[in-house]
Amino acid sequence: MLCQRCNQKEANVHITKIINGVKTELHLCDECAKQSEDVNMNFAINFGMPMSFQNILDGFVEMLGGAPKTYEEEVCPVCKMSFNDFRNKGRMGCSRCYSAFAPKITPIIKRIHGNIEHTGKVPARTGGDLKLKRDIERLKEELKIAINKEEYEKAAKLRDEIRNLESKLDNQRGE
Amino acid sequence: MAWFFSKSSDEGIVLTSRIRLARNIDGIPFPHLLDKENAKKVVDDVTSAILESNSVISNDFEVINLSDISLNEKMSMVEKHLISKDLINRSDISAVMINRDKNVSIMINEEDHIRLQVIYPGFKLKEAYELASKIDDLIEQRVNYAYDTKLGYLTSCPTNVGTGLRASVMLHLPALTITKNINNIINTINQVGLTIRGLYGEGSNALGNVYQISNQITLGLSEDEIINNLIAVTKKIVEKEKKAREMLLEKQSVELEDELYRSLGILKFARSISTQESLELISKVRMGVEMGIIKDVKVDSLNELFVSVQPATLQLLENRDLNPRDRDIVRAKLIREKLS
Repeated sequence: MLCQRCNQKEANVHITKIINGVKTELHLCDECAKQSEDVNMNFAINFGMPMSFQNILDGFVEMLGGAPKTYEEEVCPVCKMSFNDFRNKGRMGCSRCYSAFAPKITPIIKRIHGNIEHTGKVPARTGGDLKLKRDIERLKEELKIAINKEEYEKAAKLRDEIRNLESKLDNQRGE
Repeated sequence: MAWFFSKSSDEGIVLTSRIRLARNIDGIPFPHLLDKENAKKVVDDVTSAILESNSVISNDFEVINLSDISLNEKMSMVEKHLISKDLINRSDISAVMINRDKNVSIMINEEDHIRLQVIYPGFKLKEAYELASKIDDLIEQRVNYAYDTKLGYLTSCPTNVGTGLRASVMLHLPALTITKNINNIINTINQVGLTIRGLYGEGSNALGNVYQISNQITLGLSEDEIINNLIAVTKKIVEKEKKAREMLLEKQSVELEDELYRSLGILKFARSISTQESLELISKVRMGVEMGIIKDVKVDSLNELFVSVQPATLQLLENRDLNPRDRDIVRAKLIREKLS
């Protein structure tokens, strides 16, 4: 039997389709079969709808027993956005929304990051003595590593640096 | 596009290192809720924080209002990774500050009030973060950041809260892609809190076998930890890519050489070529040069072509709008001239 598409090569792929009770048969050669959508058993299907942050967020809110979407609720005092607005948009309205909706948003943040405690950079001006404290913590971590690696010279330097910052911190508090 | 010339990179596999910091101003609605008046105030506050600072870098920056430039110019900046598509979508309120070396861009009124980005050629994440952090400090001297002692830097989307840091490397992984080992890597990467995407970020394909790997989590880890994790994983992937190249050479050297030279042949002689095909072929030729198989092509020319074959940059080079058919013809000509 010749291929039904090209009518040139021998058909060696045979397909029987039954759709709504209507049976059709197709006989193709290797080449044409590769190009045919009917035999393209490629499982890499593109659904054309990537999961957005909103989709996931909505899932979190539902799982955490979040308020139904029609529920009347308080709004952020600065930008007047409600928690439902956040749920629909996936974006906060302003920085104050974080404190306005703290009880609702904290568990969501925990789901996203697995954590609710920032341990990184502290802004120099607005961070106050928090920056010093963080620097001291960081140096103490480095000190531990230096001691473990038996880098005693480095450890001594780090220890001095820590003492220096600690006295700075004491002075700031005294002021 | 100086950043794309990655000959300084030790491997040639790490094309660029990028640091992005998300920052916002306290008490002002985030850009998606911002009216024009407040948006302008944000732009003024941030630009003056840089331009009027005493730092030496303040003279380096140029301010571009997105509403003042053509779509082609905007798209070309996206192709060079200087701005994001999101910034273009808010052209009526957004601006960008770009330095002379074109490796720092400060996007204003993107998803957050401030998106500070440093992009370096090669594998230089720590250096890029250092510079970003310095500029961040400079802005903070005059701008009141939205910062919470517990949650860190507050951002429009809770996925960026904490450090506001997205560190990423752009990797050229042709051998892992050809040998289909890339899927394994994608799966593993997702398990360690990192994410892998195509050339132009979220939802984009791995055009030209280029992948971006970045951290997913921004809260609970320090900047150093985030960057060190990414460095460690990147080193492993670079090793795997090198291994895959060795394997190809060992097991299928003729097939490999054939494929690479055919790619070069098409680039040298084609009379019409699409962006996608050219990126794919440039990638293969680049690998051939790096592996010492192809000898008479300069990596620099390939790097340059990688950016200039893209639609908006191509049209800017030609200084006119082109329909897709003409674009393919002009692109083929540009490539032929560069490689001849």
